[in-house]
Amino acid sequence: MTGYLPRRVGTSLVMLFGVSIFIFFLLHTIYPSPAIDVLGPKANRVSIAVWNKQHGFDDPFIVQYLRYVNQLLHGNLGYSYKLNQSVAALFQERWGRSAYLSGISLLFAVLIAIPLGIFQAVRRNTIGDNVATTLAFVTYAMPDFFLYLIAIQLLALTFPIFGFEASQSTCMLTVMLDWRDMTLPIVCLTLLIVAGYSRYMRSAAMDTLAQDYIKVARAKGLPERLVLLRHLVRNACLPMITLIGLSIPALLAGSLIAETVFNYPGLGLLFYNSLGTADYPVLLAYTLVGAVLTIAGNLVADIALTVADPRIRLA
Amino acid sequence: MTHIASPVPPLGVTHAPEGGEIGPVQSGWRLALREFARNRLAVAGLGVLVFFVLFCFGGPFVYHANLLSTNLAATNLPPGAGHPLGTDNLGFDELGELMKGGQAALEIGFLAAAIGIVIGALWGAISGLAGGIADSIMMRVVDVFLSIPFLFIVLIVAVRYAASALGLSLIIGVFTWLVPARLVRGEVLTLRVRDFVSAARAAGSGRLRLIHRHLIPNALGVITVNVTFNIADAILAVATLGFLGFGLHYPKVDWGDMLSNGTAYLQDGYWWLIYPVGTCIVLVVMACNLLGDALRDSLDVRLRRW
Repeated sequence: MTGYLPRRVGTSLVMLFGVSIFIFFLLHTIYPSPAIDVLGPKANRVSIAVWNKQHGFDDPFIVQYLRYVNQLLHGNLGYSYKLNQSVAALFQERWGRSAYLSGISLLFAVLIAIPLGIFQAVRRNTIGDNVATTLAFVTYAMPDFFLYLIAIQLLALTFPIFGFEASQSTCMLTVMLDWRDMTLPIVCLTLLIVAGYSRYMRSAAMDTLAQDYIKVARAKGLPERLVLLRHLVRNACLPMITLIGLSIPALLAGSLIAETVFNYPGLGLLFYNSLGTADYPVLLAYTLVGAVLTIAGNLVADIALTVADPRIRLA
Repeated sequence: MTHIASPVPPLGVTHAPEGGEIGPVQSGWRLALREFARNRLAVAGLGVLVFFVLFCFGGPFVYHANLLSTNLAATNLPPGAGHPLGTDNLGFDELGELMKGGQAALEIGFLAAAIGIVIGALWGAISGLAGGIADSIMMRVVDVFLSIPFLFIVLIVAVRYAASALGLSLIIGVFTWLVPARLVRGEVLTLRVRDFVSAARAAGSGRLRLIHRHLIPNALGVITVNVTFNIADAILAVATLGFLGFGLHYPKVDWGDMLSNGTAYLQDGYWWLIYPVGTCIVLVVMACNLLGDALRDSLDVRLRRW
């Protein structure tokens, strides 16, 4: 354990380094200099060259990369010349809303997927299990936006129970209390995550059910309820920790589409709008943030797993 | 004295040995095929895929629709005579568009999966065979790319370079080789210490020959399974790109683009602009996933039922 932790953190740092190189390489290739955005479309070649020289955009790749990393380490994610605002400030305004949508959906998804998977494993090959498996399979094959469109059509337009657009408020508390507008995005995103998780949870629970300690618990006469609650649930949940860590990129992509369809002003919608204006600093900064979140998520999941499961003895 | 039927057969009658009959030895692929045919869902999945290939590529020969010029006199018509699935906001026939969009989805799906699998299989095989530092560097590269959200990077590159079927396939293919690379590497790691590989090496096979004559063919099971899942993912990715407005341009159509057109008329209740297309995407993706699950079961000897 003592050797494992530094080694695991070291791997993450190496990956962060690799990600930063790749993102900078992309930025450098497709958006070598913001000169044209600063000087306007009519700028001539000389003034662009002068501007590049003044601002160091004609330096060698390695120099520019080091400067970029230095800026990143000081919390500067870049500058959007299209919106005339620093990327960090743009993110600051919006990250709370995205974190709320993704976080609460993930929470609900975990709370649904665990009991569902255990139910399916215990009652496997019954009607209930088959229905749940089929639904999860169909939802899993469904493009995110198709589910959103069906939900909007049914529950917001045909039967106007919920709003067809997410909350537009800038106050987080209003957004959280606005169940009428927030239900559809949260429920849909939750369903999509559950569809991804449920089959893993089902097989994890089935593996656990076949373990000897479950047989022992039953053999010593423990009521089935206690067998499930005390012995099955806690062990079957362990793979879930890894799964949550691994699913962060999918979660980010899911919230990107959800925010776009429901016009929810979070980071995903900012990303989508920046695609339209080809605002590469914003796009690449968010991609970098996503990669960092993924690496951090996997690291936390791996460490949490060693804490939660004392059987994992790592040298 | 009455005769008592004995459960024990009389001596002298030979019975099949316990453990079932021993049939003639068949090739692994034929066994896998038999196992596959036994899985009804998988056959259904294959049927759906074949249907869509015929529908999208053969359909236009049977069903002629004008998909090149707009017809403003016939916009947003509900399904009816002349237009079995109605028309869209420019007067294009939905059924015809569905076929054309399906062509793009299938072409891009297959091509992207092929590109991804070729890169991934080679990368994984080389990495697994090389071992040591080269292996760890190559696998760290895979880790790095896996930690970058796939959709983000594909969207960014698509904004700059896409808008053709080939471009989209390349972009999606280039960012989907990571999982196959890991799987093939794992397979190669177990294969390379096997005797037949040592024998080939002793007989003087070089690395390239080892990879393409011995390692890749033996890892083909893993690769085949992964191709089907990759096709499903690629079709979903194309639909997402199209929906967000970064797919193909006129006169090409893709399913995602058609759905996003329908979104504008959600409030008017023009259901034929949404449900047929969406159902097509779901069916094709589901068929690929079913196929992949079944192939995995039938190629994995340990899971095979006799």
